[in-house]
Amino acid sequence: MTTTPVQHAAPGTRTRRARLPWQRVPIWALMLLACFLSVVPFYLMFVWASHPSAEVFTFPPHLWFGDALARNWQGLMQVTDGQAPRQFWNSLYIALISTLTTLFFCSLAGYAFAMYDFRGKGALFAFILGTMLIPPLVMDIPSFLVMNNVLHWVGQPRALWVPGMANAFGIFLMRQYISSALPRELIEAARMDGATEFGIYRQVVLPLIRPILATLGVVTFVGAWNNFKGALIMKLSEPDTMTLPLSLRRLGGGATNVNVDWGAIMMLVVITVIPLLIVFLLASRQVISGLTSGAVKD
Amino acid sequence: MSQRTPTSAPPRAPWSYTRFQQRFAPYLFVSPFFLLFAVFGLFPLLFSLFLAFHLWSPLDGVGNWKFVGFENFQLALGPTDMFWKSLKNTLWIGLLSGIPQHLVALPLAFIIHHSLRRFQGAFSTILFLPYITNAVAIAIVFATLYSERLGILNYLGGLVGLDPVRWLGDPNMVPYSVAAVVFWRYVGWNTVLYLSGLQAISEDVYEAATVDGAGAWQKFWYITLPLLRPMMFYAFTLTIVGSMQLFEEPFMLLNDGGGSGGAGLTSAMHIFNTAFRDLDMGYASAMSWLLFLAIFALSMLNNYLFSRDGGNR
Repeated sequence: MTTTPVQHAAPGTRTRRARLPWQRVPIWALMLLACFLSVVPFYLMFVWASHPSAEVFTFPPHLWFGDALARNWQGLMQVTDGQAPRQFWNSLYIALISTLTTLFFCSLAGYAFAMYDFRGKGALFAFILGTMLIPPLVMDIPSFLVMNNVLHWVGQPRALWVPGMANAFGIFLMRQYISSALPRELIEAARMDGATEFGIYRQVVLPLIRPILATLGVVTFVGAWNNFKGALIMKLSEPDTMTLPLSLRRLGGGATNVNVDWGAIMMLVVITVIPLLIVFLLASRQVISGLTSGAVKD
Repeated sequence: MSQRTPTSAPPRAPWSYTRFQQRFAPYLFVSPFFLLFAVFGLFPLLFSLFLAFHLWSPLDGVGNWKFVGFENFQLALGPTDMFWKSLKNTLWIGLLSGIPQHLVALPLAFIIHHSLRRFQGAFSTILFLPYITNAVAIAIVFATLYSERLGILNYLGGLVGLDPVRWLGDPNMVPYSVAAVVFWRYVGWNTVLYLSGLQAISEDVYEAATVDGAGAWQKFWYITLPLLRPMMFYAFTLTIVGSMQLFEEPFMLLNDGGGSGGAGLTSAMHIFNTAFRDLDMGYASAMSWLLFLAIFALSMLNNYLFSRDGGNR
C-alpha cells in the first residue's frame, strides 16, 4: 500500500553526492525505523482481521495474512446483531453531511471576510478567531444540556453535525485562501454584469476555490469520522444511530478480554480505518496542509 | 445610510433590491457562525459558569437547581475528591508523552529537511498516518499488544528473558503505557509542524554559516533552534492544550474509572464520569472550569518561558 521511499532513490542522485554513502546509513536506519513504528499497528490490524479469533493471540504471533476474512465478517455481523453496515452508514452520513455543510457555510463567511468591506468586519473576525481559544472540554457539559433539555436532539445525528457547520477554523482557512487567491476585480466585473451577490459566490468564487475546498473537506471528513467523544456524549447508541467508534467502544473497550471474538473486533477496526487510509492516501497533501495551516501565519 | 440626505442625491427608486442585497450580503454570509455560536457556544458557556455554582442533575428538570456558592470548587480542591489525583495523572501522562514527542520530532524533522529532502512528502505522509487515525480503533490495537499473557510486547520481552509486564494492570505502569500510545499518535504531527517551520528558514543563513565554517551541530544549535522558536512555541502550546484534555486513549485502554487504582484517570475522564455517569452537572462544570484555569496557567507559563530573552541559549 505504501511504497518504501528507497525505490525513488535512484534518479537524481548524481546531482548531489556531497556525502559518502556510508554516512547516510544511520540516517536511513533511523528514518526507516520511525516509519516502521508508524505503520506496524496498521499492518497488525489487517493481519489480525484475517485470522480466526482464537489466533489473534497465538505464540509466536501471526505476522502474515490468514484466510479468515469471511469468517470474521460473519463473526462481526453476529456480535453487532447485523448492524455493522448500518453503523458504517451512520458514520459516513455524519461525516459527509458535516463536510458539505461546513464547506458551504465556511466558504460563504470566508468569502465575505476576504472580499467585502463592511462595518464591524475587523471586530467580527477577531471575535471568531477568539472563539478558537475556548477549550472544547468546557463546552461538553453545557452543549449536552442544550441538546438534552432545550432542543431534544440527544440521540440524533444532527447533534453532531449542526453545531460545527460554520466553525472558526474553516472560516479562517477560507478567508486566508480567498484573500490571496482571488482578485477583487473579478468580483467587481461579475457585479457589473448584473450578478447577485450570492450568484457571484456560487458561479465565480466557488469554482475558483476548489483546492481549499478539498483541503477543508478532507480535514472535516476525517474529524467527523473520528468523532468518538461527541457521539458518546450525545448518546448515538441506539441500533439505528450508532456510529463505528461507539460500536468499537461497546465491543472492545476496557480491559482486554480474550473470550470475546477478537477476529470480529479487528474486522471492525479495519472497517473503521480503511476510509481514513483511502482519504488520506489520496489527499495527504491537503490533509497535512489543512491541519498545519494554523501554524503558518498569513 | 446615504438615504439620510435625500436632497443631495439624484432622483432614483426609493428602494432597489440590487442595492439592498449588495449591502446586506456580507452580513448574511457571516451570520450562520454567529447564530450557531449564540446557541451552541455563548449560551452553553454562560450556562456552564452558572451551573458551576449550583447543584443540579438534568433529571431535576430546568429551573430546579440549588445555589451552593463555591461548594463545588471547594469539594473539587478538597482532599476527598479524585480531582487532584486526576490532575496529577493528566500532568504526568502529559509529561511522559509530550517531552519525548518534541525530543524526537525536532531531530527527525531536521534530518528529513537537511538530508532527505527529496523524500519529504513520503516521510510526512507515513509519519502523519497515526495522527489522522481513529483513537478508538488504535487503542484497541494497542490493548491487544499490551495484553499481559498473550500480547506481542510480552512475547518479545520473553524472547530476551524479561518477565511479563502488566502494561495495563500495574498502576505504576499504566501512565507509561497510555503515554506511549499518545506519543505514537502525535510524534509525526509534531515532526510535520517542525518541518513546515524549517522550510520557512532561508537557505542563505545556512550557506553563510557554511562559508564561516560552521558544522552541522553548530548550525542546528545556533541557527535552527533560535529561528524555530515561534514554531516550537506553537507546537508546545498545542501539546499542552491537547494533553490536558486527554480522554479517548485512556478511556479506551482502561475502563472509565482509569484502570486499577485510577492510575490512568485523567481530568477529562473524571469530569466526563461526574457529568454523564453520576449526572452531577454543577460539580462537573466547576471542575471543567478548574481544568480550564490549569490549561490557561500552563499556557501562560509556556508563553513566559518563550518570551524571555533566549539569547544565551
